[in-house]
Amino acid sequence: MKVAANRPLSPHLQVYRPQLTSVLSIGHRATGIILCFGALALSVWLISLALGEPAFDAYTGLLNTSIGKVFMLGWLFSFFYHLCNGVRHLCWDAGYGYGIAQVYRSGWMMVLAAFGMTIIALFSAG
Amino acid sequence: MAEFSLKQGSKVQKGKRHNNGDSMSKPQTFEIYRWNPDDGANPRLDQYAVDAASCGPMVLDALLKIKDEIDPTLTFRRSCREGICGSCAMNINGVNTLACIQSIAALKAPVKIYPLPHMQVIKDLVPDLSHFFAQHAALEPWLKTSGPTPELERSQTPAQREALDGLYECILCACCSTSCPSYWWNSDQYLGPANLLQAYRWIADSRDDATESRLDQLDDTFALYRCHTIMNCTSACPKGLNPGRAIGQIKSMIAKG
Repeated sequence: MKVAANRPLSPHLQVYRPQLTSVLSIGHRATGIILCFGALALSVWLISLALGEPAFDAYTGLLNTSIGKVFMLGWLFSFFYHLCNGVRHLCWDAGYGYGIAQVYRSGWMMVLAAFGMTIIALFSAG
Repeated sequence: MAEFSLKQGSKVQKGKRHNNGDSMSKPQTFEIYRWNPDDGANPRLDQYAVDAASCGPMVLDALLKIKDEIDPTLTFRRSCREGICGSCAMNINGVNTLACIQSIAALKAPVKIYPLPHMQVIKDLVPDLSHFFAQHAALEPWLKTSGPTPELERSQTPAQREALDGLYECILCACCSTSCPSYWWNSDQYLGPANLLQAYRWIADSRDDATESRLDQLDDTFALYRCHTIMNCTSACPKGLNPGRAIGQIKSMIAKG
């Protein structure tokens, strides 16, 4: 059989309906990447501490700008999201929660818990 | 590296409207992906109006009606028209399913129909499934036994037989595999949900003696572990099976040794 060389690839991301299953999975990866930057920010904070007061003041000043605060909030939420979804993954790996109704239930619970924990952490930090 | 956008020749362009539904009592619009290997043009999305009043209830009925009455060049696979052959798997309103068991009334209009995602298109709604079936063949999907052939059948207890429920029903329609983003980006090596469920169907079979070599074959960073439990597969399966769980069971068996 002659195969056409110009065969197109059928649309994928462009047409597949986003659903909780795929969206939460992409979220897990995205929050993981944000956590990497968070770890970087934390290391720089420790380095600035070792460098002495001027460096430390400059760095904490940077973190206290509005962009710095948005980053810190995103990092905080990412931490709880990744944590809660990580627990969900552990349950799957232990063999539980594969039914599609359970997947949706645990998914929404995870999102709620991540938001709740972020708010609690914000308030308890003052 | 995963490519998220479509290359130039794969981009879908606006197609033509073949008829309007003015004279119909219940017009329903279908937007269908078209690509012809012979005209050198890009894929396009054509519009057809179908009179729901004189059309059968399922999406496949509408496709057949379009082919019979409006445009005989529309190309798609179909056979059993009752959800057992797996031929008419396609992407309908953003979700993979079988056209023959997808009710039109349950869909938001206009109904958009594309071939199974991230596959080479042969024509219109017909994707090339050769690689998918080659992966299946590589699993050696048959009963492998070591002992002497018994005089009667190879018997199973009711519980052993029940272990195959939810596995043997798979019709290899590829709805699950082509709903999986990981299969989109890694199908060169990743087996994908359908074939992993098929692999587990033999692993779980009490009569099969090749469990260990089957697990060895799957214990691979790409073949098995590109599954990140996204669960699009289970959400898509038109037979209500759970490939996600089957893959989890394979991972668990390998982890426990």
